[in-house]
Amino acid sequence: MHDMFEIGGKKLSSRLFIGTGKYASDRMIPDICKSTGAGVITVALRRVDFNAITDNVMQHIPPHMQLMPNTSGARTSEEAIRIARLARATGCGNWIKIEVITDNKYLLPDGYQTAKATEILTKEGFAVFPYINPDLYVARDLVNAGAVAIMPLGAPIGTNRGLRTEEMIHILIDDIDLPIIVDAGIGKPSHACQAMEAGADACLVNTAIATSEDPVRMGKAFSEAVQAGRNAFLAKTGISRKLASASSPLTGFIRNHEG
Amino acid sequence: MSFLNVYEQYQNIDIEKALSAMNPDSVYRSLHKQILSIEDFAALISPAALKWMENIAQKAHDIKRRYFGNTIHLFTPMYLSNYCNNRCLYCGFNHDVKIERYQMTLDEVEKEARVIASTGLKHILILTGDDPKKASMTYLKSCCDVLQKYFSSISIEIYALDTKEYENLIKSGVDGLTIYQETYNTELYDKLHPTGPKKNFRFRLDAPQRGAEAGMRNVTIGTLLGLDSWRKDIFFTALHASWLEKQYPETEISIALPRIQPYYGCYQPEHQVSDQDMVQIIIAFRLFLPRCGITISTRESESFRNNIIKLGVTKLSAGSTTAVGGHSLSNARYHQFEISDKRSVEQMALFLETNNVQPLFKDWERF
Repeated sequence: MHDMFEIGGKKLSSRLFIGTGKYASDRMIPDICKSTGAGVITVALRRVDFNAITDNVMQHIPPHMQLMPNTSGARTSEEAIRIARLARATGCGNWIKIEVITDNKYLLPDGYQTAKATEILTKEGFAVFPYINPDLYVARDLVNAGAVAIMPLGAPIGTNRGLRTEEMIHILIDDIDLPIIVDAGIGKPSHACQAMEAGADACLVNTAIATSEDPVRMGKAFSEAVQAGRNAFLAKTGISRKLASASSPLTGFIRNHEG
Repeated sequence: MSFLNVYEQYQNIDIEKALSAMNPDSVYRSLHKQILSIEDFAALISPAALKWMENIAQKAHDIKRRYFGNTIHLFTPMYLSNYCNNRCLYCGFNHDVKIERYQMTLDEVEKEARVIASTGLKHILILTGDDPKKASMTYLKSCCDVLQKYFSSISIEIYALDTKEYENLIKSGVDGLTIYQETYNTELYDKLHPTGPKKNFRFRLDAPQRGAEAGMRNVTIGTLLGLDSWRKDIFFTALHASWLEKQYPETEISIALPRIQPYYGCYQPEHQVSDQDMVQIIIAFRLFLPRCGITISTRESESFRNNIIKLGVTKLSAGSTTAVGGHSLSNARYHQFEISDKRSVEQMALFLETNNVQPLFKDWERF
C-alpha cells in the first residue's frame, strides 16, 4: 500500500522531516539522510555562510533532499521575511519554515509575528511552513494567510519532553484542513509515534537525533517510529476505554420499548 | 526600573555566610529541579555543592547538548585603540601605565579584518579603551562600516554608552554588547577605579540594560574573577543575568567568566579562583539559565579549555591577541593582559572537531 504524502507540490515517501543543527559535524548529514530515509531537511539560514572558506553545511546536504530553509534567529516578521527572501535568492527554493521567536528564555514562537510574515510571503509565492504554539486561532489565521502546513510544537524547542501539548495538537488535527507537522519537543521515537498515531501528517525531529550518542541509529529509530505511528493511524487503532462496558446499559430500554 | 533595585535587596546580605550554611541535601534538591530559583543557584555555588559536582556536571552537559547541540561558537577580539582615561588598577591599558598608545587607522582596521576573516571567523568583538575623544562614535561607526564587509556579526566591548549611542552603533551594524561590571562590590569598585568615567558604578551597572533597550541582539555580562570573593560576584552576575533575561526576552543574554590574568606582573589578584571553582561556576550557570550563552576566553589555558568544552560552555574566543593591531601590525607590542591559550583558530577548530564538537563560525548575519 502506497501512502505518499504530498505537500508544497512535492510527493514524499517519508513523513519524517529532519534538521541540520546541533550535529557534532555537518559531515554526518548524508548518513542521517540515508538512515532516516527523510526527504525534507530544514536549514537555519543564519548559520549558512555562502562564501565560506571553511566547511559549509549546504555542501553536505544530498541533492535529492527537499530544502526547507528556516528563519531561526528572527525576532520580528520583517526579519523573517528578509531571511526568506535571501533563502530564495541564494537558490534554496521557495519552501520556508517561519520561526519567529521573541522570547529567548523559553524559545516559544510568536504567533502574531508568524502570521504576519506568512501572509506576506505566501503572496510572494513561498510555500510557508509556520512553526507555532498549537493555538487554534493562530492556526486558522495561518490557513487564511495561505500556509501550506501548520507546524505546532510538542514542547519547547530542545526540551525533548514529548507531546506536552497533545490535547491542543489533537484539536488542530481535527479542525485544520492543512497537514499538521509536529515540530519541537519530540525527544524519543515513541513521542513521534504517538503524534503520528493521533493523526499528525508528519514530524520534524532534530535535537533528539543530533544529540544522541549514535545519530545514525537514532535516525533510523525515528523513521521506523514515524512509520509505525502512521500505519497505526491508517489501520484505525482499536477503541480504548477507561471504564469497562456497563452491564446495565442506560439506553437498553429503547430496544425493549420498541421491541 | 533598574537592576539596582534588585541589587539593593541583596546588597547587605552576607552572601558568603549564607552559602557556607547550605547543606548537601538542599544542593541535591536544587540540582534536581526543572526550573531553578536564584536560591537554587546559590546552593549550586556553595561549598556544599562540591559533593555533587559530577552530578551537576552531567546535568549541565545534557542541558547544553539539548539547547546548543554539539557545537561551540568561535569568535575573536580585535583591539582598535588603547587610549584610556580610566585608572583601573587591574588593567594593562590603565591611563598611568607607560605604554605606547595607538589607535588603528581605518586602513589598518581593514588590514586587520582581512587577516582575521581569512581564518573563517564571521563574528568579531571590537575593543577600545575609555577615551571617547579618540575612539569616538564617529571613529567607531567608520570602523563598523569597514568591518561589515568582512564579518556577519559585530560585537563591542568598549566604554559604557547611553541608549542613543548604542542605537547609533546598532545602525552601523553592531548587534552585540559585552560589558563587565568587574565587581558588584561597590566599595571595592570604588577603590579599583580611583578616577575616570568608569568610576560611576551605577552608569556601568545599567549599561547592559541600555544596550538591550537600544536593540542589541546579544548582551554579555560578567565580572573579573579574582577581584573579590568569586562566590559573591558570581551570585550577583547570576542575579543580573536572570533579571535581564526576564526584562528583555528578545535579547540573548550571555555571561563571560574572565579570570584575572596579571599584566606584566603589576596587579596581583587578592582572591584565588581555582580550576575547580571555575567548573563549579560554569555548571551552576548552565543549570540556572539553560539558554544563556557562556563564554570562556583565551585567558584560560589550553588544557583547561580542552576540558571544559563539554560542561556547558557555548562560546570560545580563539586566535586571540590583546594588542592593538595584534593580528596584522608589526608595531603591536603592548597587551592588555596575557593570553594563555595561544592556539590559532584553525588549531582550535581542529581540536573541537576531533572531540566531536562542531566549531560554529557563523551564527547570525544582518538580514
